[in-house]
Amino acid sequence: MLPFAPRLTIMILLLPVGAGLAGVLAPAFGWFPALGGVTLSLDPWRALLAWPGLSSAVWLSIVTGLGATLISLILTVMICAAWQGTRAFTMIERALSPLLSVPHAAAAFGLAFLIAPSGWISRAFSPWATGWTQAPDILITQDPNGFALMAGLVVKEVLFLLLMTLAALGQVPARRSVLMAQTMGYGRMAGWVLTVFPRIYPQIRLPVYAVLAYSCSVIDVALILGPTRPSTLAVQVLQWLSDPDLTLRFQAAAGSVLQLVLVLGLLLVWRGGEQATARLGCACVRRGHRMAADGGMRALSMVFALLAVLAVGLGILGLAVWSFAGFWSFPNLLPDQFTLRNWMRQSGGISKIALETAVIGSVATVLSLALVIACLEAEHRHGLRQSNRALWLLYLPLIVPQATFLIGLQTLAISTGLTGMRAAVIAAHVIFVLPYVFLSLADPWRAWDTRQGLVAASLGAGANRILWRVRLPMLLRPVLVAAAVGFAVSVGQYLPTLLIGMGRINTLTTEAVALSSGGDRRLIGVYALSQTVMPFIGFALALGLPALIWRNRRGVDRG
Amino acid sequence: MFPRLTTTAALLLAGLTVPAFAEPDPKDWEAVLQEARGQTVYWNAWGGDPRTNDYIAWAGEQVQAQFGVTLEHVKLSDTATAVSTVISEKAAGQTEGGSIDLIWINGANFAAMKENDLLFGPWAEDIPNWALLDPQENPALIEDFTVPVEGLEAPWSMARLVFYYDSARVAEPPKTMLEFLDWTQANPGRFTYPQPPDFLGTTFLKQALLELAVRRDPLYAPVEDRVYDEVTKPLWEYIEALTPDLWRQGQAYPQNGPAQRQLMADSEIDIAISFSPGEASAAIANFELPDTVRSMVLEGGTIGNASFLAIPFNANAKAGAMVVANYLMSVEAQLHKQDAEVMGTPTVLAMHKLTPEDAARFADLDLGIATLSPADLGPALPEPHPSWMERIASDWEARFGVAQ
Repeated sequence: MLPFAPRLTIMILLLPVGAGLAGVLAPAFGWFPALGGVTLSLDPWRALLAWPGLSSAVWLSIVTGLGATLISLILTVMICAAWQGTRAFTMIERALSPLLSVPHAAAAFGLAFLIAPSGWISRAFSPWATGWTQAPDILITQDPNGFALMAGLVVKEVLFLLLMTLAALGQVPARRSVLMAQTMGYGRMAGWVLTVFPRIYPQIRLPVYAVLAYSCSVIDVALILGPTRPSTLAVQVLQWLSDPDLTLRFQAAAGSVLQLVLVLGLLLVWRGGEQATARLGCACVRRGHRMAADGGMRALSMVFALLAVLAVGLGILGLAVWSFAGFWSFPNLLPDQFTLRNWMRQSGGISKIALETAVIGSVATVLSLALVIACLEAEHRHGLRQSNRALWLLYLPLIVPQATFLIGLQTLAISTGLTGMRAAVIAAHVIFVLPYVFLSLADPWRAWDTRQGLVAASLGAGANRILWRVRLPMLLRPVLVAAAVGFAVSVGQYLPTLLIGMGRINTLTTEAVALSSGGDRRLIGVYALSQTVMPFIGFALALGLPALIWRNRRGVDRG
Repeated sequence: MFPRLTTTAALLLAGLTVPAFAEPDPKDWEAVLQEARGQTVYWNAWGGDPRTNDYIAWAGEQVQAQFGVTLEHVKLSDTATAVSTVISEKAAGQTEGGSIDLIWINGANFAAMKENDLLFGPWAEDIPNWALLDPQENPALIEDFTVPVEGLEAPWSMARLVFYYDSARVAEPPKTMLEFLDWTQANPGRFTYPQPPDFLGTTFLKQALLELAVRRDPLYAPVEDRVYDEVTKPLWEYIEALTPDLWRQGQAYPQNGPAQRQLMADSEIDIAISFSPGEASAAIANFELPDTVRSMVLEGGTIGNASFLAIPFNANAKAGAMVVANYLMSVEAQLHKQDAEVMGTPTVLAMHKLTPEDAARFADLDLGIATLSPADLGPALPEPHPSWMERIASDWEARFGVAQ
């Protein structure tokens, strides 16, 4: 059975991914009989190229995608290099799980409320310091360069990459390496970057790619913080899709294909950048600079870490205050009146919906986890590394724009008569959860020291016993982290739940997104908090359980 | 040989697509009621307004108690999702038993669905409460953005373009489009409109066009290239002059009506646009706007239209959907909806078609402090043809929507 796991996984995903892709490709070349498109043509592409905002939108997507990923990775490296193994780092680690659980859109709303001219920071200094009694007319969010959008992405992605790095650190003797470098006179940060990072990076490479693909094609954050004249390509595609003029759907499909090509191109560019950076690093080592005076850099990286933590933390706090607010006028720091009405109004159905969300998320996560572990173990036992090449298929759902992809998927689901059933929604979630579970777990799994298995085998343990008694316990932390990430991804799914569930299946996110389209910060606050609680439990368990289970065997999950 | 074969095949196919059982006929209302009993109606409607959601939940209780119909509100963030679903079902060959029974729709979405044969009907003019409407007096009920409705959708509320302003900050709000220009120049950065192609932003453009155009009649026919430039020239000159003094100097725009309302609450702007005369009162009651906000309309009238309910061609519970639509057009449902405490939206019913007692109940309603009375709302201007809206929205995008 196990040798077939990779092939089985691919087969499970091939049909829906293929249907999704076909649903994008066919209309991009004019084929969509339900809308009268029965001949192949290049007209959708001509229409796309004729759109006057195309080059600015594409440029914006490139800049924000690459920029957000690069800044997030640099900050992650700086924070780890400067502080790993210290008390301050443990405190950042503790802050991770609540902050990671904040959905992207909620974090973006929170950040917007912090930095807008009428936002919390401005209120804190008005009118006593600024003299403003009404909000000044300054362009901060929606700036044409996409700085606010990048900031919104960076504060969340730094936390995600930190989590991935933490999971990977278990397989690398980081402290010893840094100590060794320090005895040779290197600064702490230089020691980490030169000796630990090269071993960490291969483990977090897939998550970094996911961050790149996500940042380039994100919709909700871009709608809240991004520029609008024009917006990014992904947002523009969504707008064409929701346009009453149904002929624009062909153009939207062509835009989706362009978006896909764009993401693939950026991944290639990134790949080239990796090699250049590696060469640069080697050159740096050969030069022999010790870079011992890194006090300033260490302080700076702590400032950045605090900024990211505060941006998300204060943002969600702001939304929490909004959820209890009556009218709240500028420049008051706190609401003019407080009320419980916003919560009372929503409390009726929320427990049933929360249960549905938890069931769907748990089942989708367990299924994905089982498939991923089976794939990875098959790869380990049977040397099926080459089949891994086909696993790139898994990542397609992450890089094809969701809105167009799902239309093909929905057509498939309708023709199989499965829409509107919980099982179908779970299956659709697996398509998006599985890649995240895979990218979170694959590299720590492969980085496991196989000599541990050899030792166990020499003591007479069979392959299954090694898996259950040695490998999984040692990898408990990355397994749980992968599960928590997968669960959070499932909880956050809006379009797949709606389009495959046909409105029969309601989750916290379908409610939240529908209600937040009304733009009332009070309701956004209520649902942002409810949406945060559920993944929070997952992340807290993932980070807390290993410590609890292995409290008598320290070091089991540290290699 | 071949032609005959294809004819046979076509006949066979046609035979397959004829439904196994007859469609419900609204002219035989008793039969419709009977068929509807026990059905579940999935109503896809925008779910962004808690007051509308509460109203739909209330209507669900009523139709359950009175007609045994279960109403499920599928909350959408965008009506286009429902249109997509119907298209996907058509693409997958699902011609009956579809997942959507009723859609809250109007204007351009209706025109597109009608053109692509995605709607069931005609039915709306045959349901009993149609008799309470007066399409002659209120042509918006039978022409949705000039596209003939032809019984393919039933109206459930009226909408009017109004402006709301904070009377604590604006003493004399502008009353014409040209006064708006003077006002923004005197108060730079304090006005904006949702970015087209958002329907509210596009409606602002259409309103300006109606006021500024030398000739209005071309606007009520499909747009023609040879008149387009001439008709819209004054509009673009106007917007050109307005833009530098807009909020953020026109470098950014709110994405939709709710975002614009938030700007109003944050004191970033002083005047905003709405398509619902009751919105300001509702938002004050909901703590979303200060209680100094008031509504106003422009001299010479503002654009008005109706919101409709349509049934997709492949709906599963067509009888149930018609029963729900008919109930929503009843005196009871319309009265509840116009109550400022509930939604405060104007009724579709014609007062002279009601009993004097019912008409009096409408007259006695408290509309809320920021809502204009029907008399103060002034005349309603009909919507231009939807092709104008599409053309103006994409033209705006090329001129103002893509920064150079």
